[in-house]
Amino acid sequence: MELLMAIVAGILFTAAIYLILSRSLIKVILGTGLLSHGAHLFILTMGGLGGSAPPVLIDGVTEFADPLPQALILTAIVISFGVTAFILVLAYRTYAVHKTDDLNSMKGNDEHD
Amino acid sequence: MEFVWFIFLPALAALFIPTLFRRVAGIHTGWFVLIIPVVLFVYYSTYLPLTASGEHAVSSFDWIPSLGISFVSYLDGLSLLFTLLITGIGALVVLYSIFYLDRHKEKLGNFYVYLLLFMTAMLGVVQSDNVISLYLFWELTSISSFLLIGYWYTRDGSRFGALKSMMITVGGGLMMLGGFVILGILGDTYSIRELISRLSDYSGDPLFTLAAVLLLLGAFTKSAQFPFYIWLPDAMEAPTPVSAYLHSATMVKAGLYLVARFTPIFAESSVWIWLVSGIGLLTLMWGSFFAVKQTDLKGILAFSTVSQLGLIMSLLGAGAIAYHSDDTLFRLAMFAAIFHLVNHAVFKGSLFMIAGIVDHETGTRDIRKLGGLMSVMPISFTVAFIGGLSMAGIPPFGGFLSKELFLESMVALKHFELFNFDTWGILFPVIAWLASVFTFVYSFYFVFKTFTGEKKFDKLPLKPHEAPIGMLISPIILAVSVIALFFIPNVVGKWLVAPAVMAAQPQLYSLPSEAAVHVQAWHGFEYIPMWLTAGVIAIGALLFTSIKKWQPVYGLQPEKLSLNALYDSAMTFSEKGMNKLSRFYMNGLIRTYLLYMFAFFSVMTIVVLFAKGAFKLDMSSLSPITLFAVMNAIVAILGTGMVIMSKNRISAIIALGAVGYSVALFFVLFKAPDLALTQLVIETISVALFLLAFRHLPALKTHGETKQNKLVNGIIAIGVGLSVTLVALSAHSNKLVSSISQYYKDTVYTEAGGGNIVNVILVDYRGFDTLFEIAVLSIAGIAVLGMIKLRLSRKESDDEKE
Repeated sequence: MELLMAIVAGILFTAAIYLILSRSLIKVILGTGLLSHGAHLFILTMGGLGGSAPPVLIDGVTEFADPLPQALILTAIVISFGVTAFILVLAYRTYAVHKTDDLNSMKGNDEHD
Repeated sequence: MEFVWFIFLPALAALFIPTLFRRVAGIHTGWFVLIIPVVLFVYYSTYLPLTASGEHAVSSFDWIPSLGISFVSYLDGLSLLFTLLITGIGALVVLYSIFYLDRHKEKLGNFYVYLLLFMTAMLGVVQSDNVISLYLFWELTSISSFLLIGYWYTRDGSRFGALKSMMITVGGGLMMLGGFVILGILGDTYSIRELISRLSDYSGDPLFTLAAVLLLLGAFTKSAQFPFYIWLPDAMEAPTPVSAYLHSATMVKAGLYLVARFTPIFAESSVWIWLVSGIGLLTLMWGSFFAVKQTDLKGILAFSTVSQLGLIMSLLGAGAIAYHSDDTLFRLAMFAAIFHLVNHAVFKGSLFMIAGIVDHETGTRDIRKLGGLMSVMPISFTVAFIGGLSMAGIPPFGGFLSKELFLESMVALKHFELFNFDTWGILFPVIAWLASVFTFVYSFYFVFKTFTGEKKFDKLPLKPHEAPIGMLISPIILAVSVIALFFIPNVVGKWLVAPAVMAAQPQLYSLPSEAAVHVQAWHGFEYIPMWLTAGVIAIGALLFTSIKKWQPVYGLQPEKLSLNALYDSAMTFSEKGMNKLSRFYMNGLIRTYLLYMFAFFSVMTIVVLFAKGAFKLDMSSLSPITLFAVMNAIVAILGTGMVIMSKNRISAIIALGAVGYSVALFFVLFKAPDLALTQLVIETISVALFLLAFRHLPALKTHGETKQNKLVNGIIAIGVGLSVTLVALSAHSNKLVSSISQYYKDTVYTEAGGGNIVNVILVDYRGFDTLFEIAVLSIAGIAVLGMIKLRLSRKESDDEKE
């Protein structure tokens, strides 16, 4: 199972990086969305996937999933949502001002160096 | 009293100068500054009896003991001689500057701070026994020289000259540091004295010669030797007191000091002897020849300084020969070097001051406009006459004596039989004699073109008159010393020169009196140097009177082939080349920088994983694969593929949502209900948000990305994906330390009183984390609101209204 999930995480990362490296601002945002999904699965996989019960104390259950990666991921999900919202609006604003989403035309000009 | 602290006295005093300059406007700041060199001169003079007896005094202060770096004030004959020059000439220069620099017009606060800083730096150079602190002070002299040359920083020439001197001398200083470090490693100490005593341990090492060459690069750049001398003429943009002090009497002699100081170590290297004596002689000839070309008074003096430094350098090289021969003939050279160094400091200082006076009183330093000043400036003329004739090597002035010693040493060189000197040795006296002829010519050119001949006062910017007496005091004192040096050379020899010679050749002498040479003006008719001097005067006088006929020869050298042109083009080339190079990889596109980072990240991760054998796949620890998981994985991968492939925005967003929901399903499968719930909620809101925002954004475009571009991006993306997979597997299979999870599991109920471990971790064990998470969210929220509401400019809001 871990093998499969590691590969899925790898594919998500590959797709995310590919999108982030493109010239279109919109694709970059889509890429960051995939990147956070990949990162979450990555963390989960590192901790191991063999839990037989949710990490909740119930009488009689002694073996349950590792709670630590879950706690980390929970934080990460919320933060990644905040980041997504932020860059979406940033992109909106950028487009409103510059009328383009081509990253090449947004690079700083030399006079400000 | 630890006298090592006296090195820092000038720098300490410099702290108060700006305040004094601003608060005490009625008194020229120079009067306060004058106290410092005078006090130091008097104080250090008390060590003369000590060094004259061949002893030395040491005072030290540990700076970084763990690295063997300390400040040491090591006073032997050589250091003391330089110390007295620095403080003595320093006092005269400060006195002169009081009348030279106007207290109402000039920024004296800056000037004297730089000057005092230089004094500390220079004292540090000549007294340091530790090579690292020597290097530190050495570079400090370069920096203070930079500041002083650039003192009139509104002038282009000043800034150019300052930068040029800095580039060349600091560059040489760095080479020297390399030499010091090699010596430090070879000899296992940074102390010069210990390096000398351990010489036999390491002198056979192949790096020894490299250290010698690196050290010489430092000395040659500082002492303006060929081909590095080009900074010195440009440094003449500095105020004249600075030129007299730094660029003739003290700083440029730091290189000579260094060579003299390290002679006991490197004397056995034939490379050292050839370089020092050869480059010195070449510089002597080159400088004296081109001095006659100059039209600026200070330009003539600059080239003459270059030439004289070369003379002393060649004598130091000859001094090292004394280690290879028992013949007393060669022992003369070191004495001649030190003696001429003293002479030069004295007569050149006076000449610079006269050049400054002429500039000050006539408004120009252009020798073509000057002439006949003798009638209006008789005192200045007398001083210039004495200094100039001493420089030319004519009795009864000090320069004559050391010049004869120099010629005698050079003649002796043709008897030396090691290192191919038997073949080339004859060149030394020949070149030395030729250079002496030109020295004679430029000395006369300087003095007589300025003060005699046709009066052209109407062409001068100012009406010339004699300088105020205050300005003349310093040059007069120096001129009197020039004459005194001729009449009491053996007193100077005993107290100053011989102890310094002994310090530079400690293995050869045990007492200064053994190193002393009896100097006399008359040796009889069999004395070869006397005939050489007579020849110099005869030929020199002939050349000087016919100067108008042969001076055009200098026009033959094309401007483009000069060393200055080489320096300029090297500077332009490096500036433009570096600019091009940085622009090539720093192209301003974030995408490119990300490319570097991702590529570096994946390559490093994969290389380290396999190089260190960190990759491990423990098949036994893997949990079984379920059908649900496989199907879900297929959904996730398909969704991912669609996000990339999709040509329109809506399908891309839907596909992204699909991936998100499949991740939520994974959370369900892997027993993480909290995550699944959160992910579902967040994913739903995200998709809505995406749809909302994309309404205001343009359609998906590729913006003309080429196939090649995409291929590179794809390769790097796959590299990153691969390294993530490998790291995930290795991290899962290598459990090097036990997880903290067990602690949470054990204590969640007893410590925190909760059942849902994930929740308890978030709000209890890692409560602060969650708090900051909330803070991040609120900041993002404020930023979002701000960006939507904010009107960046009037123009933009107008656009939106349309």
